[in-house]
Amino acid sequence: MAVVRDYSLLGPDGKRAIESGLAAAQWYRTSVPRKRMKELMQRRDGPAIRDTAIWLALLAAFGGTGAYVWPSWWALPLFGAYGVLYGSASDSRWHECGHGTAFRTRWMNTAVYNLACFMIMRDPTVWRWSHTRHHTDTIIVGRDPEIISMRPPKLFHIAANFLGLFDVPTAFRHMAVHAVGRLTAEEASFVPETEWFRVYRTARAWLVIYTATIAICVATASVLPAMLIGLPRMYGAWHHLVTGLTQHSGLADDVVDHRLNTRTVSMNPISRFVYWNMNYHVEHHMFPMVPFHALPRLHDEIKGDLPAPSPSILAAFGEFVPVMLRQRTHPEAFIERDLSSWAAAGDTGGANPSAVSAATTMDVS
Amino acid sequence: MATWIEACGADDVDAEDVIPFEHDGHPYAIYRSPADDYHATDGWCTHEQTLLKDGLVMGHIIECPKHNGRFDYRTGEGKGAPICVNLRTYPVKLEGGTLYIDVD
Ligand code: FES
Repeated sequence: MAVVRDYSLLGPDGKRAIESGLAAAQWYRTSVPRKRMKELMQRRDGPAIRDTAIWLALLAAFGGTGAYVWPSWWALPLFGAYGVLYGSASDSRWHECGHGTAFRTRWMNTAVYNLACFMIMRDPTVWRWSHTRHHTDTIIVGRDPEIISMRPPKLFHIAANFLGLFDVPTAFRHMAVHAVGRLTAEEASFVPETEWFRVYRTARAWLVIYTATIAICVATASVLPAMLIGLPRMYGAWHHLVTGLTQHSGLADDVVDHRLNTRTVSMNPISRFVYWNMNYHVEHHMFPMVPFHALPRLHDEIKGDLPAPSPSILAAFGEFVPVMLRQRTHPEAFIERDLSSWAAAGDTGGANPSAVSAATTMDVS
Repeated sequence: MATWIEACGADDVDAEDVIPFEHDGHPYAIYRSPADDYHATDGWCTHEQTLLKDGLVMGHIIECPKHNGRFDYRTGEGKGAPICVNLRTYPVKLEGGTLYIDVD
């Protein structure tokens, strides 16, 4: 009989995870000599300053020219690019700067973090704590607040979020709740009370900005201001969903080894820029201290102990979409990776992709 | 009263780095600053059960390897989320190339 999973953070699965020791467990980590790990963890400002300058310059260029040619059809591709830089690149900037690893200089992390949070409509405090929990209890049912692909998956919900159709209304609902001085019960379960005042303060400031944007739209009888602020979180959200879905979809839940529940994907350079190297996702979860610019080197260091990366975004989707479709009626189905096959490859010091793919099977028992 | 315990040789810790030390089943972390002074704290992060020995030392900051929580290892002061509780520090003395910690 199918086991019904309760993903709410206040439900029985969360309690069970605590009782069984799945919550806050010790996770597997590939052994890396301390000297090498120290090199990989080193913080630098250069790569993030360069990428942030390019990011902001592209936002200004596409947003500016898009507004200039508005409302002609020429605006369409320009806002298409602007939207991805706003509604998707902000996801990875939120993520990296939230870890505090993107820049060496603290205030730079904080500044880009707050800007990215505004763009992606995630409260900086709530989402810092939610992501902390995601790292403590990655894909542990009832504990991890950031599970996109549940079992069974909410396919309509996921598809609608390619345009932010659930995420954005939820973000505004939460903003309204926060602005009147409250947190949702789930948020209150992982955000310490000493931090709540920050949440209220941010929600009030953001609501002022969005109200002003709407007022300018009304006053000018044009949707253009909202095309620049707010709406790109919807029309440009698709790329962060595409990359985000590759992270854990179809893989195991309730395990304490990121090699079993997380996926690394080889990606094209444009997606790598937008996603800020988070395609090295197993590596990131195992060693969150390693900044985005060092993840390719970390990958080379430990790949012998990891499953082979999916060769492309398309290949990753080809792996998990059939499993997600099957999970609609068979929630037990998941992509089961056999650790023993590639642990042996790791022991010999080299990656063995064929051993890994052979060990990757769909369990539909 | 101080209880000085021999912990390690001064050269066992690289400059701007941390090493673990255990006494009576209790883990400690020993730091050497960029200016070559030595400090000691509890070995566990105060946020969750993670040992700071695998963290990154930057100047006078130790960053926890699990969620990047930061402490000033000289005072134990937590430097923001997700750290809500400061880290306990211990006096350190250097005698004849050996480091001692007062574990009281
Ligand atoms: S365990 Fe140290 S910051 Fe969370």
